[in-house]
Amino acid sequence: MRRIGPFAVEYVPNPGKLKVLGVSLGAILLGLVVMAFIFWGYGVSPVHAYATIFRGTFGSRFGLGEIVRRAIPLMLCGVGLVLAFRALFWNIGAEGQLLVGAIVGTGLALYSGIHGPWLLLAMFLGGFAAGALWASIPALLRILLGVNDVLTTLMLNYVAMYIVQYLIYGPWRGPTMRGFAYTDLFPDNAWLPLIPRTNVHWPTLLAGVLLAVIFWVLLSRTRFGYEVRVVGQSTEAARYAGISMLRTIVLVAALSGGAAGLAGVGEVAGIHHRLLEPFQVSMGYGYTAIIVAWLARGSPLVAIITALFFGWIFASGDVIKTFLHMPFQVTSVFNGLLLFFLIGSEVLMYYRIRLRRGEA
Amino acid sequence: MASAAMEKLGENHKGPQPILRMLRIVKRFPGVLANDHVDFELLPGEVHALLGENGAGKTTLMNILYGLYQADSGEIVLRGRTVRIRSPKDAIRLGIGMVHQHFKLVPNHTVAENVALGLRGTPFFAPARAVEARVRELGERYGLKVDPRAYVWQLSAGEQQRVEIIKALVRGADILILDEPTSVLTPQESKELFRILARMKAEGHGVIFITHKLDEVMEVADRVTVMRRGKVVETLPVGETDKAALARMMVGREVVFRLEKEEVSPGEEALVVEGLWALSDRGLPAVRGVSLSVRRGEILGIAGVAGNGQRELVEVITGLRRAQRGRVSILGHEVTNRSSRVVADAGVAHVPEERLRMGIVPGMSVAENLILKKHHRPPFCRLGFLSLRRIREFARVAIQEYSIMTPGLDTPAKLLSGGNIQRLILARELSGGPPVIVAAHPTYGLDVGATEQIRQILLRERKKGAAILLISEDLEEIFSLSDRIAVIFEGEIMGILPTEEADLETVGLMMAGSKRLTEARG
Repeated sequence: MRRIGPFAVEYVPNPGKLKVLGVSLGAILLGLVVMAFIFWGYGVSPVHAYATIFRGTFGSRFGLGEIVRRAIPLMLCGVGLVLAFRALFWNIGAEGQLLVGAIVGTGLALYSGIHGPWLLLAMFLGGFAAGALWASIPALLRILLGVNDVLTTLMLNYVAMYIVQYLIYGPWRGPTMRGFAYTDLFPDNAWLPLIPRTNVHWPTLLAGVLLAVIFWVLLSRTRFGYEVRVVGQSTEAARYAGISMLRTIVLVAALSGGAAGLAGVGEVAGIHHRLLEPFQVSMGYGYTAIIVAWLARGSPLVAIITALFFGWIFASGDVIKTFLHMPFQVTSVFNGLLLFFLIGSEVLMYYRIRLRRGEA
Repeated sequence: MASAAMEKLGENHKGPQPILRMLRIVKRFPGVLANDHVDFELLPGEVHALLGENGAGKTTLMNILYGLYQADSGEIVLRGRTVRIRSPKDAIRLGIGMVHQHFKLVPNHTVAENVALGLRGTPFFAPARAVEARVRELGERYGLKVDPRAYVWQLSAGEQQRVEIIKALVRGADILILDEPTSVLTPQESKELFRILARMKAEGHGVIFITHKLDEVMEVADRVTVMRRGKVVETLPVGETDKAALARMMVGREVVFRLEKEEVSPGEEALVVEGLWALSDRGLPAVRGVSLSVRRGEILGIAGVAGNGQRELVEVITGLRRAQRGRVSILGHEVTNRSSRVVADAGVAHVPEERLRMGIVPGMSVAENLILKKHHRPPFCRLGFLSLRRIREFARVAIQEYSIMTPGLDTPAKLLSGGNIQRLILARELSGGPPVIVAAHPTYGLDVGATEQIRQILLRERKKGAAILLISEDLEEIFSLSDRIAVIFEGEIMGILPTEEADLETVGLMMAGSKRLTEARG
């Protein structure tokens, strides 16, 4: 126990689930309060602002759909990252893995000539494979050569971005797009079905939820998951138990990257129906997914909820832009504030703080 | 019992004033009362042993003194003044030094850098160079030989401990707390340590010596405080007691010191090592042409000072390190340079030296830890899926059979005490009756009760026909368990001799490298 001013502060190594939830909700509330000042400074009544945001997101079928639409790529990437982080594979490259998934999905949609519903299936499989391969590169580099995975996964994001740009400005630029940097629109059988009156491409949503359940089973009920947890907790114990680091880390990376690749296919086949500028394809989902996974605390199932929460933040940003006529960048401020408080509260969870009277 | 201790404290006021008094210290952890109104005092110029089983609360009490924990209630009086020790920084300022059982060193730094870390008055630039001379001087003066420029990760456990002691001495500690200090030392090194303690005593310093070893209490301590289950049983001068009485106080029951070793006629050769060479982490030859064989129903003890190639030898045999030359075979099958999984599946149980780092996965549950290394095979795993039911069944039986004290199957293994972690490892490694057991320092740092139990278990496995390679720095353990004793020095076997023909002096000379048996094999 330490004393800071009038407070007695005590370290709690294993905070309860309720406490974690409570502190997190408190942090979100604080973020909203600070955000209120920003609305106020911009000349928008905070009450009006929040009312508008809540109406725009929770108040209609379309609004709810927007939350879910944004949550889909976050969920796929986030669930994959949960798995990677459990093995202490620091995958910062979900953004790039998403983009290569989008590239391969687009390539198949435009150039493979596959008929009927098989095309979408091929796109998903191809996207998964692309993301998996993309993530395996840093995994192999780390295990075989000892190269830091944080750096390599991050840097490969830029490689993927530039490949997308090369394709849409170069060989894949759509002839019918009058010089814009897009590919042509996908054929009809490469369009994902939507839930009516929303933008929710439900097959991808289903894939996200299924993957969360599969990864949960994988982690808790299988030999592979057991080995992943051993590797993540103690490399020495893994060595002792004869668990192959190479196999485990590469597989984890591939599954994690593959999940992000699916998200990429979902974005191009469900929303844009063509490949366009990288920042339009993704809006940084791969990066936000790191926080989604972090807050999920190692549970793929909880990642569904955290993904929905960040989906709501993204959707709120759209509302702020369209209905409150504030600049688009406010979304980033909003996002940043919530992250600031959530990450700041992280430390607090591990301490019990009490006011001490009399003695001081 | 606490009142008895208070009386003792009262009596001592007639003598010299204590430099330290801890009064009615209470410390509660979730579910445990680690210190229950503990009284403790230290006189200037005394070595005061703090004796008790694991979990008795000795280390907790000392961590409170060193500022790592804050007592829930109680008082610490240092040189007549009530003090509040909020952190190790406070403790160091007050002249208290502590050498932990698990060393607190930065592996990637040199010895001098570790000593300089956080030391007041070192220059901003090249702080390590400023303390190098001091490290050398202390090394000379106290016989704490260690190269100030060596990296800590390169050092053996024994050498690392010396660095810890030097760290405390450089900081001017006049109360030195040593937590299980001799567990990593050779008999000779222990003697040297005891000489340092004698010097500190002569200068009026106080030494608190946490230990399980009754011999050491008798040899080095002036007074002893015995703790059991968070309470002080008694504080008394060592001259007024004996080992048996102390053991009784400590465990609350009689301890069998003589192990009954049954006559077992050894069977076939189960583990054969021929001309083995291997490198250390530093890339230097650590195992140099070792040949030995262990037969079923036999314990071969390897005696030696820490850092003479024992760790590397164990790692090569168990598939964790590459052999440069030579062969390892298990039951006639060569496993040289095969993976640790192949070696384990061939029937080699491995009780590793580094229990916490290698032997368990700290954050995973007791049940999950009990199947490590067997998690990939039936009955625990079928078609890639774990059978939680079988795992739990197995864990329940193992916990019962090896009397592992755990709140439950799902408790993270890191929350168990040292003795229980070792029981867990043994329960896991010995399940299924492995033909070969490699046990590295199996009782290192364990209390009397656990030590006795673990030695009994090894003898039981010997009787069941296991070939056991026992690596230990504890000569008493080597002598009381082994059928034959091999002595290792600088990576070479200096000789192998039957225990009946071995005496402490010969083995000691061989450990020091000054005697080699010519008839030694290989």
